[in-house]
Amino acid sequence: MFDVNKIREDFPILERTVNGQPLIYFDNAATSQTPNQVIDVISDYYQNYNSNIHRGVHSLSQEATDVYENARQKIQHHFNAAQTHEVILTSGTTHSINIIASGYSQLLQAGDELMISAMEHHSNIVPWQMLCDRTGAILKVIPMDHAGVLDMNAFNDLLSTKTKLVFVNHVSNALGTVNPIEEIIKRAHGVGAKVLIDGAQASPHIKTDVQALDVDYYVTSAHKLCGPTGVGMLYGKEELLNHLPPYQGGGEMIAEVSFEKTTYADLPHKFEAGTPNIAGGIAFGEALDYMNGIGFETIAAYEHELLIYATAQLKAIDGLKIYGEAPQKTAVISFNVDDIHPYDIGSILDKMGIAVRTGHHCAQPIMDFYKIPGTVRASFSFYNTKEEIDTMIKGLQKAIQMLK
Amino acid sequence: MNIQEIQQEIIDEFAMFQDWMQRYEHMIDLGKSLPLIAEEFKTEDNIIKGCQSKVWVHAELKNDQLEFTADSDAIITKGIIAILIRVFSNQHPKDILDAETDFIDQIGLKEHLSPTRANGLVSMIKQIKMYAIAFQTQLN
Repeated sequence: MFDVNKIREDFPILERTVNGQPLIYFDNAATSQTPNQVIDVISDYYQNYNSNIHRGVHSLSQEATDVYENARQKIQHHFNAAQTHEVILTSGTTHSINIIASGYSQLLQAGDELMISAMEHHSNIVPWQMLCDRTGAILKVIPMDHAGVLDMNAFNDLLSTKTKLVFVNHVSNALGTVNPIEEIIKRAHGVGAKVLIDGAQASPHIKTDVQALDVDYYVTSAHKLCGPTGVGMLYGKEELLNHLPPYQGGGEMIAEVSFEKTTYADLPHKFEAGTPNIAGGIAFGEALDYMNGIGFETIAAYEHELLIYATAQLKAIDGLKIYGEAPQKTAVISFNVDDIHPYDIGSILDKMGIAVRTGHHCAQPIMDFYKIPGTVRASFSFYNTKEEIDTMIKGLQKAIQMLK
Repeated sequence: MNIQEIQQEIIDEFAMFQDWMQRYEHMIDLGKSLPLIAEEFKTEDNIIKGCQSKVWVHAELKNDQLEFTADSDAIITKGIIAILIRVFSNQHPKDILDAETDFIDQIGLKEHLSPTRANGLVSMIKQIKMYAIAFQTQLN
């Protein structure tokens, strides 16, 4: 039985006050909070077996290596990757995307086409623009409608044998839209294109099976799903990763080094130059254990309840407009009230201890699409409550009264 | 009034308020009463970078004194800039350059002073001082 009050006890930060008020944390799409279980694993590592992995002959190093590699297996099982070495541990989604973008700069030719969607985060736009600059490839954009749903007919029209790579986020960070990635992957494969799915916003809510999806690359960050910052995943199919040139040179990623020639290590180490974020990797595994302990279906169902509850209450506010009303969405609500600047609302809510995000959410093309400077974004997690939503609504009404 | 006297006046004004809500309401009122900047000065060049909201500041030299006009698309930001304009407008560039800005601290708006704060109060002050340097050079 899901008991939110019991769950909240796992998160020490939820007990603190901000500006004299109990913290209400509704900025989960930016980063999630960390439960004691994950915090404990990090301090246990530094207190008991901190040492460099993969090369030490001594016991401590072996112990750390075992726990780190065990975490990689947890990640593998969670995402159902076929092989453990298909899971590359990175510093996060942005790093993962840049590994792919860098690798493909040697594999693309001028005139090749890359495709992204109209609702991407800057981190899934800029690396591809840079890749186009380096290679002469052309960037195409799958348009979306006003509800924040991708236009799949337009996607069909844009697809051709020239399309080499397609990049779409599983869930939009600004709108919460869950994109039809199964269909996108199937159609892209139909013309021989490879697909990278940015799962940063999906991973906290949806358990993804990379084999069932047949996705080529799937990337995410641990800090979105109760893990620490600075660690994330690049999943890639073995044969594709073998084919891809390494991103950074350094220790750990080599097999043999001489001044004449260096040969690279096998997967996953080829893409893991340097000492990794060891405690972070271990904590990433623990975070997945923690969330699986609650159950992703339970989490999704409860968060959906919060979404429905908050959406109904927000819509009852005069002049409030919600951006992103796709039928399939996660617990993210982007909104504005009349022509009040989102920054003003965010500032006043902050004084009341309520943390929301304001601005363009690193997705300026979406804001341009709606012709707005930004939105207020409230994003919920399974440790939030309906009472917190009630408090936010009251705070919002007060803010509107002050600002009008 | 000189800069210091105006700052004291603002400090006294804010001292009357009991809590943050009253301070913010006052700031919002100040923002609403800020005289509008001429549309022709709301250019890309006049936008202060580093703010989540847009802020335009324009300066003109009149009788050896700098006159500032400004605008913002966010009302709290506009309130902050209104306070700055009250302090620095119609003052000699050299006095602007010499002025301290710790009065911000004393009116309970310290939280806006952090350089990483998205409202860019620090950037606004920097921009005002930059104008003062530019016009001071012109006067010399």
